[in-house]
Amino acid sequence: MTRLKDIAKACKSKNAGPFHITLDIMFDQPALFERVRASGVVSAELIARLYGVPVGEVLFTEYPPALAWKATIPRRIASGAVGDTDVYGAQQHAPLLDIEIPD
Amino acid sequence: MTGPKKTVTMMSASGILGYGFPEASLEAALARKPDMIGVDGGSSDPGPHYLGSGKTLNSRLAMKRDLSLLLRGAIRNGIPMMVGTCGGAGGKPHLEACADIIREVAREHGLSFRMALIHAEQDAAFIVEQLEAGKVRPLNNAPQIGAEDIRGAERIVGMMGPEPYRAALAAGAQVILGGRGTDPAPWVALAMHHGLPPAPAWYAGKMLECACNAAIPKKHDCLLVTVGEDFVEAEPLNPELRCTPLSVAVQALHENASPVIRHEPGGIVDSTDCRIEAVTERIVRITGMRWKPMPYSIKLEGARMVGYSAIAIAATRDPGLIGQIDSFLDFVRGSTATKVTALGISPADYQLVIRAYGRDGVMGAWEPHAELAPVELALIAEVVAKNQETANAALSLARVTLLHSDFPGRMCREGNMAFPFSPSDIERGAIYEFMLQHVVEIEDPLRMFPISYEDVGASA
Repeated sequence: MTRLKDIAKACKSKNAGPFHITLDIMFDQPALFERVRASGVVSAELIARLYGVPVGEVLFTEYPPALAWKATIPRRIASGAVGDTDVYGAQQHAPLLDIEIPD
Repeated sequence: MTGPKKTVTMMSASGILGYGFPEASLEAALARKPDMIGVDGGSSDPGPHYLGSGKTLNSRLAMKRDLSLLLRGAIRNGIPMMVGTCGGAGGKPHLEACADIIREVAREHGLSFRMALIHAEQDAAFIVEQLEAGKVRPLNNAPQIGAEDIRGAERIVGMMGPEPYRAALAAGAQVILGGRGTDPAPWVALAMHHGLPPAPAWYAGKMLECACNAAIPKKHDCLLVTVGEDFVEAEPLNPELRCTPLSVAVQALHENASPVIRHEPGGIVDSTDCRIEAVTERIVRITGMRWKPMPYSIKLEGARMVGYSAIAIAATRDPGLIGQIDSFLDFVRGSTATKVTALGISPADYQLVIRAYGRDGVMGAWEPHAELAPVELALIAEVVAKNQETANAALSLARVTLLHSDFPGRMCREGNMAFPFSPSDIERGAIYEFMLQHVVEIEDPLRMFPISYEDVGASA
């Protein structure tokens, strides 16, 4: 097994407006992107499971021009509201790092 | 009104006004005789504080440095200068703060020009009227809102499209400062002012709003974009930076819910079938973008005050305490509640939130490794209450309860917490939350955005 953090160029998170967080998985080598794509591991279902949100609330897009996947999910708490932990949403990417890709 | 042009060249200074940019990049842009220079000034990313409080995101000093260079460059070259979402949040005080800087720079450098200010702050009564007419619609799964929510907002802004900028250009303004708008708006307006179609104009605007975010290596620097009838070309002005097909494609991911579909006032930018090709090793050409017109709507942003906050920062290095932190914090919450009630403060009048940094302080319920035992753990206790005095009083009791509560096997009998600061309790003042994820359907793109004009520096 290989973990995404060892082969991806970037795994990142950011606000997409005050009520959503968007997660990006990006590669810089087409062959690696195609390998992960062929594995079928990266999916809306996976994101839903990792973040504990209903799959119907995951907006999931495969974006080959950037060798990337994007998933957008609702925030637990609106940006900057009482109890929020990450106003910019920039540090919610950790669960992506350990995604296992079959060798 | 200028006649139709085959291509239009536009520059963006940096991701946000006040982030700074190299002066050499601006000079390189001006040497290329662009049709405009501009910068976006805002974002909702820094949270609801700026919209709520009326304060600017970046300092006056930093905004003045950037605006002074841009303004002098624009006037010297006889081209328009535009700023989107002034002051970070684009409300009345934010727009006024930028206009004040422009007037000051003009005075200092003896410049004169016609300036337009486009107002984006909305009158609550107008929004209530639209709500009652069924014209306000929630986006995604946003909650329904009522007239009382609207009236209770501290500040509401509409996100303007390019039309008000176009109107100001047509009226002869050389310097145009906008309140809250969709980020690409100023550049879209300029390209369309010169007769270019919406698809490449919008694609160019999206690239320009974040400037050299579309280039590598990533830094705050100026981007030059050329727009034609059916293409967009992007080039960084700093010779150390490059736009590559990948860096440009990656920019499409930035801060959007979808990398290919972008909802804007009056339509959708669809880049599903875009071709992104290298022209040189530093210039990228994009073709195949589409614009699909939709009924006109304006997104609303609103912030309401939720109370007054006070925080205390503490940390524990005690393995016995860290090993039972959940039950300890439960005890602290219960014990604090008892002591706060004894002051005559109702539990309904305050909230206590304790974040545990070193465990799940960053990710909360999304933390995949919350079970790992750290060597030290930082706690931030926050109280939010309806007034500052209540917040301070409840926080003070939460702080002492954290410091001195007993727990099974306690060895650290002089205190459970290391406090890095005296005073330990820090007032944060009024705090706000975003309260709108709605659009208002409106036929006239100018209706919500009145424009005022002034002749700056005219001999008086």
